[in-house]
Amino acid sequence: MDIKLQEIGYSYAKDTPFEKRALYEVNIDIENGKYHAIIGHTGSGKSTVLQHLNALLKPTEGQIQIGEKVIVAGKKEKDLREVRQKVGIVFQFPEHQLFEETVLKDICFGPMNFGVSEEDAQKRAKHFIQMVGLDEAILEKSPFDLSGGQMRRVAIAGVLAMEPEVVVLDEPTAGLDPRGRQEIMELFYSLHKERNLTMILVTHSMEDAARYADEMTIMHEGRSVMQGEPRKLFSDAQKLAEYRLEVPHIIQFQKSLEAQIGHNLGKLCLTEEELAEEVGKVVRRERDQA
Amino acid sequence: MTEILSLQNITFTYDPDQPIIKNAVEDVTFSVNEGEWIAIVGHNGSGKSTLARIINGLLFPQSGEVKVFGEMMNEANIWDIRSQLGMVFQNPDNQFVGATVQDDVAFALENNGVPYEDMVIRVENALKQVQMDAFMDHEPQHLSGGQKQRVAIAGALALRPNLLILDEATSMLDPQGRKEVIEIVQQLRDETGLTVLSITHDLEEAILADRLLFMNNGKKFAEGNPSEIFGLGDQLIKLGLDLPFSMKMARLLQKEGVHLQGAHMSEEELVNDLWISNFKK
Amino acid sequence: MMEKMIFGRFIPGSSFIHKMDPRAKLIFVFAFILLVFVANNIPTYVALIVFTVAVVFVSRIRLYFLINGLKPVMILMIFTFLLHIFFTKGGDVIVHLGFIKIYEEGLKQGIFISTRFLVLVFMTSILTLTTSPISITDGLETLLNPLKKIKVPVHELALMMSIALRFIPTLMDETDKIMKAQMARGSDVTSGPIKERIKAVVPLLIPLFVSAFKRAEDLATAMEVRGYRGGEGRTRYRQLKWGIRDTIALLVLVLLGVALVYLRMNF
Repeated sequence: MDIKLQEIGYSYAKDTPFEKRALYEVNIDIENGKYHAIIGHTGSGKSTVLQHLNALLKPTEGQIQIGEKVIVAGKKEKDLREVRQKVGIVFQFPEHQLFEETVLKDICFGPMNFGVSEEDAQKRAKHFIQMVGLDEAILEKSPFDLSGGQMRRVAIAGVLAMEPEVVVLDEPTAGLDPRGRQEIMELFYSLHKERNLTMILVTHSMEDAARYADEMTIMHEGRSVMQGEPRKLFSDAQKLAEYRLEVPHIIQFQKSLEAQIGHNLGKLCLTEEELAEEVGKVVRRERDQA
Repeated sequence: MTEILSLQNITFTYDPDQPIIKNAVEDVTFSVNEGEWIAIVGHNGSGKSTLARIINGLLFPQSGEVKVFGEMMNEANIWDIRSQLGMVFQNPDNQFVGATVQDDVAFALENNGVPYEDMVIRVENALKQVQMDAFMDHEPQHLSGGQKQRVAIAGALALRPNLLILDEATSMLDPQGRKEVIEIVQQLRDETGLTVLSITHDLEEAILADRLLFMNNGKKFAEGNPSEIFGLGDQLIKLGLDLPFSMKMARLLQKEGVHLQGAHMSEEELVNDLWISNFKK
Repeated sequence: MMEKMIFGRFIPGSSFIHKMDPRAKLIFVFAFILLVFVANNIPTYVALIVFTVAVVFVSRIRLYFLINGLKPVMILMIFTFLLHIFFTKGGDVIVHLGFIKIYEEGLKQGIFISTRFLVLVFMTSILTLTTSPISITDGLETLLNPLKKIKVPVHELALMMSIALRFIPTLMDETDKIMKAQMARGSDVTSGPIKERIKAVVPLLIPLFVSAFKRAEDLATAMEVRGYRGGEGRTRYRQLKWGIRDTIALLVLVLLGVALVYLRMNF
């Protein structure tokens, strides 16, 4: 399912003295099956964009195409159910949305709201609880008795159980420790690879964007200022600095290494592994020559 | 060297009445000297935040003793001790008491009966120290997370504490906010020699400390300076932490057959070593 | 809809009224409420309206904005007006349509009562629009201070109020976030049949309560660590300053009172 934002504008509290403009002429193309990162500084408008992706907010200007559905500014939309089912959002600190007596019921909540039978919903709950790395026995527990990390996983399972075609992630690892962070990011990446799910990662982590994304949009002061492949966007550190963003750590490192050894490596590396491999190649070549 | 804080064989459990006692903190001993920066690291649930609460007298350990400035902590001197410990918590929103920035900074001063004229000066100075003096009249909802944490630090500084405790103070912030807070703490240390105890799982923060305390399952797993602790390598990773960037990179490079020697706590060191060991002729 | 409501909101500014001491403003509004009841004839009501409009003008809050924002309250006013028109008897019958009779007295009372209502709502709105909630709390705390003698916990109440005010925006934000998260899971309080909407309240309220309690706990801890142990021995950072403009404002109000009494006696 493709998602296309065309010349989107949005104002909070429109037509009141408290009106606040959040978005201006935002254009983003999210292709089916891609891992797309939307990055920007806090206050760049990325969370407002996120809420447009399944019509939680409707644009005050422009239009959004979500699969077959077209949402045009100013027009009343009645049936947004289908859109909301197809585009699942894992909000920041998703554990705050848990409310049921048991984990099982909480995971079933989403699917059942979209008309899945109780029996099927429970089957899904069992499947997804394992997928997020938890034991089936946890299903009978109260979500409020779990640790923070477990709650986060339960909430994620609750969104996945809706079986969306597009999964939107809003800083999904905020507040987790390094291991938790890595596990959650790898979980989403494998879902993306195995099930061909479209992933949209809204983040300020340049490292995550570099490691996982196929395509990237940069937001700045309510505008979409750049879109393209990470390797391309990250090659222009100066431009990024204008948007108060830094290139990922790994690229800064590669630059200082290149300055020291006096020549450039073959390509811009986006992960530590990739860089180690490139450096290895160069070192071996040096050795052979010597 | 003056000892500011010392913990002796501290053991604490949240429910002592359970048949099987699960200790949140078990037999932990360590001390903090004046002017030091100590970091307590460990994965979520390793007992590091419980320790912070014990230091502040919010929790009393079942066994062991806490000494602050050489005095045993007890019910009688707890308020006095608290007035000498500044503490910043994890959630920037949930510790902001005042209606505006300056009111919040003044809160602890009001509680300790500081006269008005004195308060005005202290509030202003504290806000200047964290570079938030331009935001005196701002309300919390108009501040970023990093700014709110800086205000919280100012609130602690206004009391002129002997020890500043940061209890995961950067874990809910965006990279920019994290940077702001860490820079301010570093600057405070350089300028005033403030003693800092930070509880964190952010390695870039931990590596700045003079000494690290590595907690695992409520126990002190290791203690030492950053290169000693991060030298533990795989053990750290197994216990849910990560390595700082330069060390992680070094390990990957060695796997690719790149020659390296020594430890690399900073990127410059690594780049230099890479150059000397492989390219320099 | 909620966004348009201005009742109870604060708009920062630097007008004469914005700069007044909250105590003066509270006394002013309270005295004004009493004065409103002095009015009983056309000249006195005209005086009240003129005075109110003058205050709005001095506060530099746009009249259009006030009227627009107070629309929901207006409905109540129109209702009172109609009630009087149809049910108050006395004087000549002005309109006679079938079984409906409208008396002169009814019309007069309807207009008077709604005018009274209108000026009261305007005046109290001006107070809240020009005074930050925290200043109102400060003002109240100082004005009520004498009650401490009869063991009213004035300080604690004021602190409670200021913390509540401080957390309103935070909890509003939180509500919005949880609502959006549940909407994304297919449960919507803002649209659909009423039965569905009521069902959708639970998934909203429980997380909100959980989070509010968590926040309260964190806040209590933070306050304790920062040395809070009740009002005793505490000093105050927020100081109120009574200025010349406050005295002037109260004198103006005295003049209004004199004028109203004069108009009431002589017309």
